[in-house]
Amino acid sequence: MLDAVPPFRPRAGAQDDERVIKLAVLAVGGQGGGVLADWITDVAERNGYVAQSTSVAGVAQRTGATIYYVEMARDTGRLPVFALSPSQGDVDILIAAELMEAGRAIIRGFVTPERTTLIASSHRIAAVSEKIEPGDGRASSSKVHATAQAASKRFIAFDMEKIAADNGSMISASLLGALAGSDALPFTRESYEQAVSAGGRGVKASLAAFGAAYDRARGTTVPAPRVAEPTIGDSAPGSNVSGPQNLMQRWQALAAHIDVMPVAVRDMALRGLRKVVDYQDIAYGREYLDRLDKAVALDHADHAYALSIAAAKHLANAMCYDDMIRVADLKTRSTRDKRVRREVGVKDGSILQVTEYFHPRIEEFCGTLPAGLGSYIESRPKLAAFLDRRINHGRRIRTDSFAGFAALWFIGGLRRWRRGLLRHKVEVAHLERWYALALGYVGQDYALAVEILNCRRLIKGYSDTHVRAQSKFDRVLSALDLLKGRPDAADWIRRLREAALKDEKGDMLDGALKTVATLGESAAR
Amino acid sequence: MAERSFAKEVEKLRLGAGEEFAGEGILAITKALLQCGVGYVGGYQGAPISHLMDVLADAQDILGELGVHFEASASEATATAMLAASVHYPIRGAATFKSTVGTNVASDALANLASGGVTGGALIIVGEDYGEGSSIMQERSHAFAMKSQVWLLDPRPNLPSIVKAVEDGFELSEISNTPVMLQVRIRCCHVHGHFIAKDNKRPPMTVADALDAPRRDTGRIVLPPASFLHEKEKVQKRWPAAVDFIRQNKINEFFGSDHGSVGIVMQGGMYNSVIRALQRLGLADTYGDTDVPLYVLNAVYPLIDDEFLSFCEGKQSVLVVEEGQPNYIEQAFASMLHKAGRGTRLVGKEHLPMAGEYTGQVMLDGIGAFLRAEAPHLLPGEVRAPNKVGDGVDTADLINVVPGRPPGFCIGCPERPIFAATKLIEQELGKHQIASDIGCHLFSIMPPFELGATTMGYGLGPASASAFNSPDAKRRSISFVGDGGFWHNGLTSSIGNAVFNKNDGVIVIVDNFYSAATGGQDILSSRAGNKTKSTKHPITEAVKGMGVKWLRHVDRTYDVTKMQDTLREALTTEEKGPKVIVASSECMLNRQRREKPLVDKAIKGGERVVKPKFGVDEDICTGDHACMRLSGCPSLSVKSLDDPLRDDPVAHIDQSCVGCGNCGEVADAAVLCPSFYRADVVHNPSGWDRFLESARRATISLLQRRRESRRLTFANA
Repeated sequence: MLDAVPPFRPRAGAQDDERVIKLAVLAVGGQGGGVLADWITDVAERNGYVAQSTSVAGVAQRTGATIYYVEMARDTGRLPVFALSPSQGDVDILIAAELMEAGRAIIRGFVTPERTTLIASSHRIAAVSEKIEPGDGRASSSKVHATAQAASKRFIAFDMEKIAADNGSMISASLLGALAGSDALPFTRESYEQAVSAGGRGVKASLAAFGAAYDRARGTTVPAPRVAEPTIGDSAPGSNVSGPQNLMQRWQALAAHIDVMPVAVRDMALRGLRKVVDYQDIAYGREYLDRLDKAVALDHADHAYALSIAAAKHLANAMCYDDMIRVADLKTRSTRDKRVRREVGVKDGSILQVTEYFHPRIEEFCGTLPAGLGSYIESRPKLAAFLDRRINHGRRIRTDSFAGFAALWFIGGLRRWRRGLLRHKVEVAHLERWYALALGYVGQDYALAVEILNCRRLIKGYSDTHVRAQSKFDRVLSALDLLKGRPDAADWIRRLREAALKDEKGDMLDGALKTVATLGESAAR
Repeated sequence: MAERSFAKEVEKLRLGAGEEFAGEGILAITKALLQCGVGYVGGYQGAPISHLMDVLADAQDILGELGVHFEASASEATATAMLAASVHYPIRGAATFKSTVGTNVASDALANLASGGVTGGALIIVGEDYGEGSSIMQERSHAFAMKSQVWLLDPRPNLPSIVKAVEDGFELSEISNTPVMLQVRIRCCHVHGHFIAKDNKRPPMTVADALDAPRRDTGRIVLPPASFLHEKEKVQKRWPAAVDFIRQNKINEFFGSDHGSVGIVMQGGMYNSVIRALQRLGLADTYGDTDVPLYVLNAVYPLIDDEFLSFCEGKQSVLVVEEGQPNYIEQAFASMLHKAGRGTRLVGKEHLPMAGEYTGQVMLDGIGAFLRAEAPHLLPGEVRAPNKVGDGVDTADLINVVPGRPPGFCIGCPERPIFAATKLIEQELGKHQIASDIGCHLFSIMPPFELGATTMGYGLGPASASAFNSPDAKRRSISFVGDGGFWHNGLTSSIGNAVFNKNDGVIVIVDNFYSAATGGQDILSSRAGNKTKSTKHPITEAVKGMGVKWLRHVDRTYDVTKMQDTLREALTTEEKGPKVIVASSECMLNRQRREKPLVDKAIKGGERVVKPKFGVDEDICTGDHACMRLSGCPSLSVKSLDDPLRDDPVAHIDQSCVGCGNCGEVADAAVLCPSFYRADVVHNPSGWDRFLESARRATISLLQRRRESRRLTFANA
């Protein structure tokens, strides 16, 4: 009778032998979440449990976020009533096969501080929305880590993808290892290993990944310390620079110049110097330092040398503009060959063939001509169009072949004449305008000068992308007339720059510029 | 070749009486069909019952041994029309498809089948694609059952109940001469569980027997005056027969106490969620034992008046748990109570949401609210007046951090370059009216492509662009249809219609050799051989046969430049009438599944194999990500450089790359940047390969050493 006191009923979640254990796996389609769910079901059944797993197959597996769900209870001879999908606040173990999926699980309420063991691989698979921003659109991992720590009863997170890859297996194996190592389920390590072995395919690699993740989750292995950030000592002149005697001497002299700079500037200045010398030659490095000195001379410790650091960084990037010579030079270096072999994983006995994709246009061609000849062609549209029809084609060049390599090697060798080429004249003029503009503001608005320097970040890409980047750069700086004199001018330039990095065409930037325009109006009123 | 092979699992279909079957829901349904002596089975794939079709396809040997005819129907209409074999003959037949999209397609055949009625049991197994993970409009199959007056079973979501529902369904169909729909929800199809098997039964009459002794009965044909009589027969004979059967065989179940002031009535498919809510409210145990009276409708149409009314007897109020809208069941029950003059209060959508999936939380809230309002004395103190627990963690910030992750094109998908080309052509010629269709290619509507304005139904992409045909227009419409949709419905409804109505638009047929979105089943134009089906019928021939004059075939979609040129030509040509482009390349998921084991074997066996992979030179990439705005490939992603000089992450291609070529082609066609390279690894090179390689490397090293000895080299610079 209902009105009487109900007899004792073991409730779901109660601490007793008939408790239902609820486990959800949040994964990205294609990660092998189904394999993991099958293994877990198998392990449970091997241990005298009744288990039920469910999933949503189909479209959700095509690289979208997807959920696998397992419930289990000790087999008492009666069939429990299991739910088919996870409920908020009612999950004991949550396995996230990627960090943002852990975040999604928390948002969806599947992780609760009283009961949920959260096992997450800390690696990231960027979503399309994160990848398509022209700037850095990636989500903040630290936010998820911090929330996960607070939201869960236990939080086990490490890079299980890497453990899987290191052992030649898939992440499902290392996730299972982490689950076993967490002791969140009352099952022995052996029963997990039996389930993996019963799978039959890639067993050895799977068990290796399982074992490595198991140890890591138990804390019996300490992760290898992250390679320390290179410090100034590491990259001190002479430490990892090599070359002929005479060049080395000149380099030492150049690098010695950095030692007289304020300490805060040295690291960035040295990096910048290395970049420009690597790009062109020692004399180019001298030019760089001369330019940088101008900023340093105007700078002061009160500002923590922000201006000089920004100048050191962006001058180097501006001076190392991306032209055909640069690309050809980089693609024909022996270090590049080694890197490709490493990344592709070429084993002994195999041969590597590398095809490069080029699509030069008349602009790139003219840029690589002596300045006079280049501008002569560019100023004659008909001639330029005629030549463009001959040049503007996609070209596939095999850099592992004689002819292909030689062609690029030759173009890379044009480096010594670079100073006389059209592109260089254009770039230098642009650089000087920008740099003078920035330094011109140091007296009246230091922060604004730094932000103008930082706008160099906008300039990137090749061909149309480069043109668009230039246009964004110009549009951001076009707001200077309206903003200068305002106390928040630097802040506005920063906002405009960030808006420009949000989308391809700069729609967001245009919106922000309109806002800036209204600022001007209200100030006028 | 389907995405998933059940070759191993189908052996479970041979289990005999008393043996325990362990496996997925769909496999259990197949086993139940064989135990029921089914004579023929057909259907059309689509989540969540795609795998049911795959199981059947893989089980053809077993079906053949039993004399069961199986076919992969051209559409859901075909599958339902096939049930005509049960009209005059006592043969049991089953058809399966995805609901409600499939039921929409099938409804012409369904209405005719229901009108004339059946002699042999006719079972339609509909995979209900509702709620999380669904890819279709959210509607109810219930409406179809009501309008055609076919019976609808909605069993509790566990294997024994589903298997029993198949058995009940056939009997119910035969006793009431009415087709029966059996609905299985999305997770139920993939639920892993157990049941005790019975022996398989050979059909007492096979389709071969029927062919040898044909029968006809004008009274079963939908034509006046028989059709008028059918309508009366439905309510006078078939309905009462069904009601009697359901009542006598206790298809619907009662649980909990037979007393009490409140009760809950639910669709069978909702049972587990209701129990979970009661468990969490402290009113049920692990096995579902509860004192709350429950009435479980394993048959949701027709409803049994007296069964319901007796359940309501002595109860103050009853909650109806009915997922989806409109709330047909609740309305019917309210009407019963009203007509019977009962005072029991009926509640449903007051406590539970009118629309949307009844998730665990929705159910807990709804049932909790009902009990708090109607029977608070049942609830334990902590549920009745819970201590306010702080939410603990503020997730508001996290919502802005965690990116959405909708499904998208797979790694190396051949459809990606088609939409990259379309995006590039729009940059050149301006925006166009674009009609999309059902299939993987519908992912074009999402970032990074964001192409396509409508999707009107399977194979109806070009049909949905048919109004956009005007002599005054300066721009043509573009429409897409996949090969699956093309053979399902598109050939006539879209291509034939465009030819006949002189549509001037551009039609792109995305041909990936399979019905890829539903799991890679073979279709007419599949290029692989298939033991039991006739394949290799080119789409181009069919299109020509329909009368299309302007036809182009791009036989390698990865050629973005060619794709772009073809689209440009189609959009600008002077020629009138539909411009049809067939863009063909094999579904990469299927291709990898087919080729990868062969390639691995060849490499192990010492054969010369060239394996491609793409890469990015990180010092040449400037981190603008223009390439990703034309790709969205999961293997092409962003990575941070350990270099304070660089602010933005650069492009990076990970190990999952299959070397499809899209990255290089797009970089070329869109004139992006020279940072992409293709690295071909030649495994087991020949002697000539090795000779050439050593000669090349010697020369190249010489050049490299020469240059590098005259400049400074910065390690990690």
